[in-house]
Amino acid sequence: MGGSGSRLSKELLAEYQDLTFLTKQEIILGAPDAHRRATSQPPPGLGAPLAPAAHRRFCELLPQEHRSMEESLQIRVSLEQILSLPELKANPFKERICKVFSTSPARDSLSFEDFLDLLSVFSDTATPDIKSHYAFRIFDFDDDGTLNREDLSQLVNCLTGQGEDTRLSASEMKQLIDNILEESDIDRDGTINLSEFQHVISRSPDFASSFKIVL
Amino acid sequence: MAFVLNVPEISEDHDREPSPYDENEVHDSFHQLIQEQSQWAELQLRELGAGAPGTSDRGRQAPLGPEDAAAPSTATLRILASMPSRTIGRSRGAIISQYYNRTVQLRRRVTRPQLGGAGRSARPSLRLYDLELDPAALEEEEKRSLLVKELQGLTVAQRDHMLRRMPLGLAEKRCLREESRTLTGKHRGGRGQRGLFPCCGQLRDTCVLVLHSLGLGLLAGLHRLMPWHYALKRIGGQFGSSVLSYFLFLKTLLAFNALLLLPVLAFVVGVQAAFPPPASLGSVPAFTGLELLTGGGRFTHSVLYYGYYSNSTLNQPCAPPDGGQCGPESPSLPYNMPLAYLLTVGVAFFVTCVTLVYSMSRSFGESYRVGSASGVHAVTVFCTWDHKVTQKRASRLQHDHIRTHLKELLAEWQLRQGPRSACGRLRQVAALGLVWLLCLATTLGCTVAVYAFSELMIKSPVSADQEGALLALPAVVCLLNLGAPYLYRCLATLEHHDSPVLEVYVAVCRNLILKMVILGVLCYHWLGRRVGALRDQCWENFVGQELYRLTVLDFIFVLLDTLFGELVWRLISERKLKRREKPEFDIAGNVLELIYGQTLTWLGVLFAPLLPAIQIIKLLLVFYVKKASLMANCQAPRRPWLASHMSTVFISLLCFPSFLGAAVFLCYAVWQVKPSSTCGPFRTLDTMYEAGKVWVRRLEKAGPSVSWLPWVHRYLVENTFPVYLVSALLLAVIYLNIQVVKGQRKVICLLREQISNEGEDKVFLINKLHSVYERKERSRTERGRGAPAETQNVSRSSGRP
Repeated sequence: MGGSGSRLSKELLAEYQDLTFLTKQEIILGAPDAHRRATSQPPPGLGAPLAPAAHRRFCELLPQEHRSMEESLQIRVSLEQILSLPELKANPFKERICKVFSTSPARDSLSFEDFLDLLSVFSDTATPDIKSHYAFRIFDFDDDGTLNREDLSQLVNCLTGQGEDTRLSASEMKQLIDNILEESDIDRDGTINLSEFQHVISRSPDFASSFKIVL
Repeated sequence: MAFVLNVPEISEDHDREPSPYDENEVHDSFHQLIQEQSQWAELQLRELGAGAPGTSDRGRQAPLGPEDAAAPSTATLRILASMPSRTIGRSRGAIISQYYNRTVQLRRRVTRPQLGGAGRSARPSLRLYDLELDPAALEEEEKRSLLVKELQGLTVAQRDHMLRRMPLGLAEKRCLREESRTLTGKHRGGRGQRGLFPCCGQLRDTCVLVLHSLGLGLLAGLHRLMPWHYALKRIGGQFGSSVLSYFLFLKTLLAFNALLLLPVLAFVVGVQAAFPPPASLGSVPAFTGLELLTGGGRFTHSVLYYGYYSNSTLNQPCAPPDGGQCGPESPSLPYNMPLAYLLTVGVAFFVTCVTLVYSMSRSFGESYRVGSASGVHAVTVFCTWDHKVTQKRASRLQHDHIRTHLKELLAEWQLRQGPRSACGRLRQVAALGLVWLLCLATTLGCTVAVYAFSELMIKSPVSADQEGALLALPAVVCLLNLGAPYLYRCLATLEHHDSPVLEVYVAVCRNLILKMVILGVLCYHWLGRRVGALRDQCWENFVGQELYRLTVLDFIFVLLDTLFGELVWRLISERKLKRREKPEFDIAGNVLELIYGQTLTWLGVLFAPLLPAIQIIKLLLVFYVKKASLMANCQAPRRPWLASHMSTVFISLLCFPSFLGAAVFLCYAVWQVKPSSTCGPFRTLDTMYEAGKVWVRRLEKAGPSVSWLPWVHRYLVENTFPVYLVSALLLAVIYLNIQVVKGQRKVICLLREQISNEGEDKVFLINKLHSVYERKERSRTERGRGAPAETQNVSRSSGRP
């Protein structure tokens, strides 16, 4: 079952299973050892056990002396450490994702439960409804409850890449945003609110499978 | 400043509501209001004079678009920010209200609403949206307590389901759950016992909880059993969902083969292996390595092929000739082998058919959306980033692909805006027609080649020691299957499609036509010509061996294709052509290869019952080979890949040409072809189906207790009327569903129009608010300026002696 820091009580585990979309395996450790994970060697062949899951991964981000069970549930991990997770490193929305799920007042650190929320929303079994709700919050860069032109242009810049030469030209950007608003802004107020966003998402059956992070 | 709306009273009926016929009155009152305001605004302008020339625009009362509105005041902004449509995505209170509404709806569907609580919950919508600028925390508490009360009314499973779906933090959900749980406990305790019902309720709750935890445990166990979880995660992380869909399809095929193999193994192969037939007269040939390729030689007289199976009842109870008793070790369970063979293959096919149709309809249901063709820009921007991708290099590739795709979409859109020249369209259609003609000609050429070669093979029979020559026909078929798609790809560069997705569909179509036509020719060759040519020998064994050879050679050619198509191409492009681009992984071509292999298995199950086992081994090896080659040599395809659409297309292709063709072949072989008289379980019969008829006749003679079975056989299976009835019913259901979808589309159009009109209303009201607050501000500043001037005057006047 692993080291001392990875044992969650049964009631807590049952509660997490009931309130999130994660399974028991995804919350606690499966079978492998942390050493192999740390040296990032791939596990062997067909009989490979499941990759280590949320609690173990979270504990790996904490300093050694704080890895006991009680502390791991209460301590908060800074954004930089979460952003260093391999699953998030290459994601252009990583800062927004961490900000949206953070419950600290300054929105700059994540507790274990925030981390579980993140994994639950990005898991396989989460409903498209909840995924689209959080996708909207992630894309809403200025947190005003709607996607206006600045939000959309920032979104497109995130998608096309970080370099200067990878961005779309100004006229292309304007045309693209006009087209997007034309297609999705049903009440013609110049912004896309949550219902309109969810309506657009419902037209794409691929959204649920692409809005997934596998730990 | 209060504005009074003067609606002139209708003299006749005071209690009648203003009807549409009285529209003029209503509009006139607005007109009066507008006139009043514009006069007032002109007054203001004259008063302000030339001080602010830019404000002349603000005097206009026509509804301005949101872009034209100058910076709204902070008060307007605050109201805008607390609009329900904007808070729903942001504030916790709004989420709680929304889910309170949903819980109420859910509860109302489940049970009748309690009469006691009707007062508070009667008009929740009014309580939830208020226009105060500062929503007090008290309001949120009220909404929260309402939600908790509603949650108590649900069962435990429903409550957990509802809580899981709420987009709130884990701590919040825990609080809600605790509160609804404790209050339920108090509620129950306070109510008092009412006979059976509390016990039933508790029992039901406990049962639900136990089942729930069992289900969770099962799911976790199943998750552990899933093979290749880590490998698939790596592939998804490096190449995205599109390439992953190929490997998921491979897993699906493994499941189908297992479904086919298990009954056959249990009821046919296992039993025959336990009761082997008497040894054949000729000598058993020695094992040479060639058997693995040709399937003949040592393997001919084995469980692998049809000819090995006996045509009698195994384990027959002994019939002592002189009426004495049988020995104590006499067996008691007879096993009718021909019937078992026929029924097992039939039932396995039926189960496969049902599973295929079910998974196809489920996949179609998930991937088809009404109106999904429009809105491609928004969908691309919101839905295409694949969060599974974790490698830096793959992420950069994804950025490039999305950028290219967006540019292509914009270019297409520009093209569609501009007028299309008739000349251009004609040229496009001509090029398309030409390429299709060339492809079909190639297909025809391949077919004729296969037919001619097969006739040649019949005319020159192969002796027992030249078994290697039997590999010639399968090798030719595999070579054509490999080479023709490359030719199609070259020809496809001549044509130009409007949408890149259409290119993929067209390529898949052409490939599929080639493979199915070649298989059709081979089927004719086997059932039409070989049966006649091998009259005294075991033609079923021959057909089984042909299919075995085709399967094995297909696997070898897949390996060769992977080697040359991917590895060597990458080496050449890196060394000679100095390009850093790796070859793309051809998803469509590879999936069609899998479908072709599965068709061969389905065609061959009747003649070689262990063929699904060989197919399983082949699929396992193909998985590892393709994965290794993918990691080393390939990159993700550049073209946009609608993964769920393509999965639906693939499983439909698996069902329609592939499975349907195999089923037709099987039905023809069972119903129309005379089995060979020297081998197999149907030796003495006219057709294979007669085994079933013989058994039914025996049942009829057996007695009245099983008379329903022959009745069912006569009136439902042999009669054609039920088939017509069922088809007519299916057609009616399909037609009704199409009409429903059409109606839904119309409703969606109407609703969009309505929302657009509401949006215009909203803009009008926002502008009104904006102007009202502006005027307030201005009058306040004016008063402020006027007041010191007054006090100055006062002081001056008071200062004057």
